[in-house]
Parts: sequence; structure tokens; C-alpha cells
Amino acid sequence: MNAPVPPPQTGMRIGGEAGAGHTNAGNALELRGITKMFGALAAISDVTLTVRPGERRAVLGSNGAGKTTLFNCITGDFLPTTGLIRFFGEDVTNFPPHERIRRGLRRTYQISSLFTGLSVIDNVYLACRGVSRHRFSLMRPRRDDALVDAAETLVNAVHLTAEKDRIVGELAYGQQRQLEIALALSGAPRFVLFDEPAAGLSPTERRDLVTILTSLPSHIGYIIIEHDMDVALRVVESVTMMHNGRIFKEGNPQEIEEDPEVQELYLGGGHD
Amino acid sequence: MAIAEQGPRFVNRADQRMWFERIPVHIWIIGAILLLLPLVANNFWLFQVMGWTFILGLIALSLMFLAGYGGMVSLLQMTIAGVAAYMVAILGTSGTTTISLGLSAWIVIPAAFIIAAIFATVAGALAVRTDGIYTIMITVAIAAAFFYFTRQNYTIFNGYSGFNLVLPPQAFGVNWRDPMPFYYLSLGCAVLSYAAVVYISRAPFGLALQGVRDNPRRMAALGFNVTAHRVAAYALSSVFASAGGILLVWQNAQIASNTIGVSSAIDVLIVAVVGGLRRPLGAFVGAFIYVLLQVFSPDILGFFGFAVDRFKLVIGIGFLAIVLFSPDGVLGLWDRWRNRTRAGENLTTGSST
Repeated sequence: MNAPVPPPQTGMRIGGEAGAGHTNAGNALELRGITKMFGALAAISDVTLTVRPGERRAVLGSNGAGKTTLFNCITGDFLPTTGLIRFFGEDVTNFPPHERIRRGLRRTYQISSLFTGLSVIDNVYLACRGVSRHRFSLMRPRRDDALVDAAETLVNAVHLTAEKDRIVGELAYGQQRQLEIALALSGAPRFVLFDEPAAGLSPTERRDLVTILTSLPSHIGYIIIEHDMDVALRVVESVTMMHNGRIFKEGNPQEIEEDPEVQELYLGGGHD
Repeated sequence: MAIAEQGPRFVNRADQRMWFERIPVHIWIIGAILLLLPLVANNFWLFQVMGWTFILGLIALSLMFLAGYGGMVSLLQMTIAGVAAYMVAILGTSGTTTISLGLSAWIVIPAAFIIAAIFATVAGALAVRTDGIYTIMITVAIAAAFFYFTRQNYTIFNGYSGFNLVLPPQAFGVNWRDPMPFYYLSLGCAVLSYAAVVYISRAPFGLALQGVRDNPRRMAALGFNVTAHRVAAYALSSVFASAGGILLVWQNAQIASNTIGVSSAIDVLIVAVVGGLRRPLGAFVGAFIYVLLQVFSPDILGFFGFAVDRFKLVIGIGFLAIVLFSPDGVLGLWDRWRNRTRAGENLTTGSST
């Protein structure tokens, strides 16, 4: 047998706490003049943004403000037309997505992107495997596989213990959203991008979500895109407002809430 | 197609059964029949029908692995088998002593596997950058290029006539080209390869491959290198194709460009689709049906007064019927029939599944 040789491992950390030691690397995330053109249309233009390690920030803005495009640039799904992205001091502008993920970046999707034919635990195991060694292993996991333990811990952390062995396609919508978060917390995340995690959730599920987000280890920073101010402003310490692909205001939640310009543009815009 | 349509969950700590207890009953029955077949079958059945079934099945299995688990429909698998077969002839012994190097089988066989794997890796690296119809086109292009190259190159591949008298080594005092030894040899290769594919499909590599098939973007966002995973799948699939190719050159005692033409590449696709692309067993079921049609349709056609060389017409009609009525092949038909009979039982007895 000619077993495929896995590519060299870089930025690999197993276990939830390894990221804590990296807080001296300056900023967790640094965007310099990011512009993304689709043809003649600038989805985002000249976005400059810095986030400290452990910082939790909301990105707000109406539909089409460029929030998700910004996420896609950060994760590498799109390469920005111009600009520079540093992740914990390292220039990752031209890195493929999996290299950024292996360095501790994670994301969730606005529309759940799960493996619907697999069980909950299998989904989370796959996520844990993706950021650890032996991704190319031809050996089935043993009963005492440490990654199975890690996956079970994550399933518990997002309150899905009772659904562990169920097929994901059969889960309720809210449970799928919780699983989406579990996948983003696998391995040793250092920074997470949450894309509208509360979309479509019931009030009870939103409270659950707030608990999950606020109980994350303090070294894990994140950016959250969220339309629900009750969720967004309760789980962050800073806010960036975007409009038409540009940043037009930054501040803490209270400043943003009280800002007349913001109120006119966004908060008064019929959102709950 | 979603991951794990059937079978046990991947991570399942509750299942305390031993590995042999998890093998389903129908596999035990098929295994017993195949093991005891030489007691009742004549040499023609053992060597021609079953031998050719296992060879074709192995090559189709390598396609099933790529297409069923990886979502990559490759028409390269016959070519990969051909590379291994040619290597056996070129590095080992053949009637063309001016080209064949006459090395020991202990070197020739591993070398054939390795060279075919390198070929598959390079070709796969080209093919995985495309999707769907373009994968088919680029693999067909490589297959056609290799076919014409072997046909026109006389210094290495001996052109049109290829190599004759390529015989298996007389290892352990057995003539492996005798019908019964060859039957057990090809059966052994088929069983090992089948078991390997079943096992790997539930190992991290296989599971991730199915993840790449279903949602490549999410796999990248989980830290998987999607391109590397696909290329590795080509490399791994070459092991099964090479086993088929080496058995092929031993069974025919010859290899020439005709064996690895584009029509043979398409036959492998037909075999895999007819059997059912979703499951490893489908490759062998498809191969058995194909070989039966190939061997016996001339008789049947002749009986009805048609030209006897029209067996591809029969296969073509069968292929059309399968694709129209059961996109997941003969095994899919079997599944649906079984589900219907089970559902009927439940209705009549009132019990739930």
C-alpha cells in the first residue's frame, strides 16, 4: 500500500487551551485597506480593522453592507482585490482557507453548512480531525481516541448531549445552528467569525446562544454578524458599523446604541 | 448522496461487537459460495468468467472509490491498470526479450504498483482542478493520450503488438495461471481490496473524502486541504486498479494498446454504474453482469438470429435501462425491493421499524 503522505503540519494545536499563550502577538486580526471588487462593484472598500486577542466585536449593518464578504475575505474563501490581512501577526492574505483554519481561525455560516447524512458526533469528530494530525489516516478511530473525547466535550458544550447520535438532517433548525457553533469551536480556536448565529432562532434558543457565547474561554476572541441587537450588544465589547461596503463608525455597544446617526440608519430601520 | 446512507455510525462507542460480528449475513453467504465454487464450477467458469469478473471488478472498484466516495468520475482507471500491466511486461519477462528486462517478480510487482501510483497521482493532480463533466473530459484525454502513446511507441511499449507471453511467476510451486490457483488469487485480491475500501470508508481519510464530496467549502473551513485529499484518493484508488491490471496481464498472458483504449475505459464506467456507484460491492456485481452478458449474449443473440458480435448492443440497452430506472444501479434496485417487502410486512403485522 502506498499511503498518501500528509502535508507538513503547521500551526497545529490540539486541546482547547493552547491558544491562550499567544496573546503577545499584537493584534489577533488586522485588516489593512481591504477592498473586494466583483466586476465593477465594490462589495467592500478600504476596510481597515484591528481586533485584539480575546476581543469580542460585533459587525453591524444593513443587508448588502458587505459583512459576509468581509468574513469570506478573512477566511480566504475570497482573495481580497487589494489589502492586507494579518492573523496574530502573520500575513495570511494569500493563504488558502485550510491554512488559516489550522492557525486557529474558525467560522460559522449564515446558512448552516453541515454534513446532514452524518450523526452529530461524527460531524464534530470530522471538525476535530480537520485541525489535528492524521487527517489522511487510513485507520479507524479506536474506542479511546482522544479526539472522540474532544468531540463529546464540544457536543456537551453546545447543549446537544441528548442528540449526540442523531442524524444531523433530522435535527430541529435551532439544534443545527448549535452544531454549526460546535464545528467552529473544534481544536484550539483563537478567533471565531460568527455569521448571524441567531438567525431564525426562537427567544429561548437565543438565550441559549447568549449563554454559549458568553461562556466561551476568555482567550477566544470573535467577530459576530448579528441583526438581533439583544443578542449582539450583550455578547460584545466593541461594535463596528458598516454601510455600503465601508466602515462608518466604531465604538462600544452603548455609544453605538446612543449614536443618532446609527439610530437613523440602522436601529430605526424596523429591526427588532 | 449524503455520507453514510447506511451502515454503522462512524463514532460509535456503544457498539461492542467484534469486527466479524458486524459483517452482514449476505456477505458471509456470498463469501461461502465463492470459496466453494471450484468444487462445482468448470475451468471455463473459474478462469474466464470469474477471473475476468474479479479483474474488471477491481478496476471498477477503484472508480467506485473515487466516484462514490469522492464524487470524482474518472475515466482513467483502466489506464492506471494498463500502466501496472505494462510495467509487469516491461520490467519482468515476456516474449519480447529485446525490451523486457526480466527482473525478479519480487521487484516487478511492487514496482508496477508504485509506478502506477505515481502515474495516478500526477494525472489526478491535473484532474482534481476540474469538476463534473470537465473531470470526465480531462481523464478521457489522458486515457486517449496514453493509448495512442503505447500504440505508437515501439522502444518501450512495443507499439501495436504489445507484449505476449507475460506469465505469472511460479511462486510456491504453483502455476498461478492454472484455473483454480488463478481463481483463488483473483478472489483473494478482490476480497482484500473490497475489505480495504469498506474499512477506509469509515476511517478518517474515507470520511473526510465523503465530506469533500458533499461540502468541499465547509471541509476547507474545518482545516482540510481539499485538493490534497482528492489527489490522495487518486493515489489510493490506483492500488485497486493496479491489482486488476496485473491480474489482467497474467490472465491474458499479453498486454497491448487495445486493452486500454477509450472504449475499455468507458466499459469500466458502465460496470460501476450498472452495479451501483454507491457501494464497493456494486463494482463486482456490475462486473459479473457485464461478463455474463459478454460471454453468453452471442449464444442468445445467435439463437434469435442476430449477428453474434452485437453483445455491446445488449449491454448498451441494459445500461440505458439501469440508468433510467435505477440511478444507483442493480444494488439500488435490490435495496428498493427489500425496503418495499419490509414495509409490506410492517403494514400487515402492524409493527414499527
